[in-house]
Amino acid sequence: MNRDAHAHQFDTAEQQDAAARLGMWTFLLTEVLLFGGILTGYAIYRAEHGDAFTAGSARLDFWLGFINTAILIASSLTMALGVHAAEHRRHRLLMFFLAATMLLGAAFLGIKAIEYAHKIHERLLPGPLFAPAAPGARRLELFFSFYFALTGMHALHMLIGIAILAVLLVMVARRPDAPSIHRRIEVTGLYWHFVDIVWIFLFPLLYLLGPAGPAR
Amino acid sequence: MTDADADAETDTGTATTAATVTTDAAGAKSYLNAGFGVTSWLLTRDHKRIGILFLVTLTLFFFVGGLFAVLMRIELLTPPGEIFQSETYNKLFTMHGVIMIFFFLIPSIPTVLGNFLIPIMIGARDLAFPRLNLLSWYVFVAGGLFTLAAVVAGGVDTGWTFYTPYSSVYANSRVVLAGVGVFISGFSSILTGLNFLTTIHTMRAPGLTWFRLPLFVWSIYATSIIMVLGTPVITITLVLLLLERTLQIGFFNPSLGGDPVLFQHLFWFYSHPAVYIMILPGMGVISELIAAFTRKRVVGYPFIAFSSIAIAVLGFLVWGHHMFVAGQSVYAGMVFSLLSFLVAVPSGIKVFNWTATLYKGSVSFQTPMLYAFGFIGLFTIGGLTGLFLAAMGLDIHVHDTYFVVAHFHYIMVGGMVMAFLGGIHFWWPKITGKLYPEGWGRLSALIIFVGFNLTFFPQFILGYLGMPRRYHAYPEELQILNVLSTAGASILGVGYVIPLIYLFWSMRYGRTAGANPWAAQGLEWQVPSPPPVDNFETRPTVTDEAYAYPMRGDPAVQEGMRKTTEMPP
Amino acid sequence: MAGAVDGLFWFLAALSAALSVLIFGLLIAFAIRYRRRAPGERAGVARIPLGLELAWTFIPLGIVLAIFGWGAELFIRQLTPPPGAMTVYALGRQWMWEVQHLGGRREINELHVPTGRPVRLIMTSEDVIHSFFVPAFRVKRDVLPGRYTTLWFDAVRAGEYHLFCAEYCGTKHSAMIGRIVALPPEAFGTWLARDEGDAGQPLATAGERLFGALSCTTCHGRDDTRGPSLNGLFGRAVRLRDGSVTTADEGYLRESILQPAAKVSAGFRDEMPPYQGRLSELQVLQLIAYIQTLGAAAPP
Repeated sequence: MNRDAHAHQFDTAEQQDAAARLGMWTFLLTEVLLFGGILTGYAIYRAEHGDAFTAGSARLDFWLGFINTAILIASSLTMALGVHAAEHRRHRLLMFFLAATMLLGAAFLGIKAIEYAHKIHERLLPGPLFAPAAPGARRLELFFSFYFALTGMHALHMLIGIAILAVLLVMVARRPDAPSIHRRIEVTGLYWHFVDIVWIFLFPLLYLLGPAGPAR
Repeated sequence: MTDADADAETDTGTATTAATVTTDAAGAKSYLNAGFGVTSWLLTRDHKRIGILFLVTLTLFFFVGGLFAVLMRIELLTPPGEIFQSETYNKLFTMHGVIMIFFFLIPSIPTVLGNFLIPIMIGARDLAFPRLNLLSWYVFVAGGLFTLAAVVAGGVDTGWTFYTPYSSVYANSRVVLAGVGVFISGFSSILTGLNFLTTIHTMRAPGLTWFRLPLFVWSIYATSIIMVLGTPVITITLVLLLLERTLQIGFFNPSLGGDPVLFQHLFWFYSHPAVYIMILPGMGVISELIAAFTRKRVVGYPFIAFSSIAIAVLGFLVWGHHMFVAGQSVYAGMVFSLLSFLVAVPSGIKVFNWTATLYKGSVSFQTPMLYAFGFIGLFTIGGLTGLFLAAMGLDIHVHDTYFVVAHFHYIMVGGMVMAFLGGIHFWWPKITGKLYPEGWGRLSALIIFVGFNLTFFPQFILGYLGMPRRYHAYPEELQILNVLSTAGASILGVGYVIPLIYLFWSMRYGRTAGANPWAAQGLEWQVPSPPPVDNFETRPTVTDEAYAYPMRGDPAVQEGMRKTTEMPP
Repeated sequence: MAGAVDGLFWFLAALSAALSVLIFGLLIAFAIRYRRRAPGERAGVARIPLGLELAWTFIPLGIVLAIFGWGAELFIRQLTPPPGAMTVYALGRQWMWEVQHLGGRREINELHVPTGRPVRLIMTSEDVIHSFFVPAFRVKRDVLPGRYTTLWFDAVRAGEYHLFCAEYCGTKHSAMIGRIVALPPEAFGTWLARDEGDAGQPLATAGERLFGALSCTTCHGRDDTRGPSLNGLFGRAVRLRDGSVTTADEGYLRESILQPAAKVSAGFRDEMPPYQGRLSELQVLQLIAYIQTLGAAAPP
């Protein structure tokens, strides 16, 4: 296996690794601006309609959100362990951790789906179907618009991440000696950690607004 | 007409020590004949071919957008505006704006000239991510198809600014289709910027320090920063707008607690830096043209390089100057006004330095240089009228009038499009291996200059007199100025069609170009015209400063000059 | 005010012309003087002193800062109506302007004003964003849904002046035009008093009737037992439940009628039902006009 193999536009494998990392960091910077844009809107409306947003936050399922947060943090751990395994060329271990990360990610999405189903059932889906059972504070619909938009975008990013992990899993299974494995796992790891961090911002901003936390 | 090739016989100086120079003509292996057939182009990873793919697509969009402009100007010949219905006219100006901005101006120089030249200028074989580069083109085409679908399916009439709540609640046109098209095109922009940033950081040839880079590379670098940081915000803003429109959610809808002015803040947070995405590459091209056609290093290299970065940074802080009358707070307005004045200064620095470069230069007047002169003059006027708009008390009067329209067309068309054409002509021999007919080139440059001024100068006056923008009917007393403007537009149109014809013609019948028909400095002129697939046979090592033209006088003076203009370590 | 705006305009025009002539002139002069006279000719060494670079950086900087100050000062004056301004309401909707004088006269796409007296417009939109633009007076202000915006002007000379909508608002945006008719004070008085059939009641009178019809007195009676008293409220500082202080101007009143939960007064609960969607903008104006007449010394 040729550790020095690199794409033809580069001079060395190190140069390609450096470029891949810089490319991923730059991409993550664009994602910061993407989520930042909508979070700015959220922050402005939160300041203006504090009561409604607190009421909306209270109607979210704290425990499901908390479990999801724990799941994501665990998935970041398995991802980091996978990167470590790739670095030491322990391919069976790497495949295990990739699979574990995917499973945890899928679990997150499953719980999210359950949450969404609850909200739709309670008629809190913004749009023509919005009609909460108990009339909460006004502007509730605005809060839920942001809730669905933010968590939906995050879930989309998770889905893409899981798909990439699946592709990598297959790749590692088929060609465990490919020289590009470590580089690809590493930049995927960066992406996965970023998506995790976005959730760590979303969870308190959406679920923990009110004075009441778990007790409702 | 001056024979450019004769100049090439003289001393050009070498900027590299290890590049192999070959000047054989057509028939040699180049990127153009390395594989024929549609798939070799549509699945290429070669940055040069991708640049050409973009050139073809962009030319198409330019003429579609231009057609809409012609139709608009015809409508504006008579005060009551009788040719088109109001609704049609509203769609015309919207689609003119959307296509020209998102599908021509923003991509143009970066995706055509940037793609083609950046790897060569830094001594690399390709960009860092060639497949991402190709993806960028496909994404661009996809976005364009959605937008053209919106045109064909009835058009969109919200103005390119998509202000809410008109666009999200009241408009009856193809807002979603057009919005999706623009949304998709944003990803193309992000991928391109990401590619350039990574490439410039990690793949420069040995010896090519930052301050030895051509100024074009600096300008593309600054542009890429803006592309990467700004575009995601318009992406998410369009998502919110489209969600509001399709699901009746109230992000910007006042009756649901939303704020229509928030849309404007989010929209302009990207769209103002976007105008710097459009102009910075043009400025980079002008620096290259001035150096080549005065045969000397551009004066104030570090000032010009840093002014590009300054414009990129400051450009993010001024978006509120589009909203002085929109209902933002007075204090916010003051901050934006102040910063808008500050961002004018780096542009001025460039103009002064370019002008100073001509002093004691050896100036020639081929087509690219004519475009460069046009740029400096027209950009100066456009930029100065920006001062009118940044002054809050005066903006109240001229905001949303033809004064603004004239201002940005002076910069975008008088500036940016002229820079684009100048760059295309300058690097045409390198890209195609052929020379364009110089006489026709100069003629069209002059026609464009005359047609442009006749079209847009009257619009400053129209704006001051109060003619609002986006109006197809206007008071009778304003007709003469409108007629002048339309007359100019017809001349301008002719000026644009002529190069299309002769550039096409030259690809088959033009004289063969050597490696360096302009006797210019720069790594791109050290490789054959057109370049081989991998650009260089062996990777060059750079030891000289940029624009190391041999000067009159002895080498000691040349050495001394280098020392005074070099940046401290 | 228009004269002051023009002053800045012509100064900038002159400055721009001078700078353009300078740059164009230098370009042409250098291009001619240093044109290439032989193929292979080299350029001459020319060292631009650092002082020159700094000069053309900092002198323009100083100039633009001065222009900023001038423009900002103008802007503040344009935002601040002088005391004694006559208030008129303007409603923008696709694609017409409806003007409401306090005394009840209503105009469509026209606004009659007296000369020599500042006029203050309070405006809102019933649908999309519009913009009230009178080129002759050099004034313009966006007209937003859900909010009041204001502008003021003083028609110095009698005459008719163009009114345009300056923010694209849909199909008939170009047709959302009208005129400002400035009449000498006596002529204006005559016009105002004339009953041409479209003169409604004074806004405040209609407002008083509406106030009763909607049973606002149930909570907003003479004292503060159920809801805050409205006597003398207009223009006063109001302390809110969250501790902040705001001024009870037209915008505050409109918001407190339509969405009272947004700003709850200190010492009260969020109990007032919202009237969003139940009142037209005109009715809100009538109520506001009525509330403005409620002085501190209202009879019991």
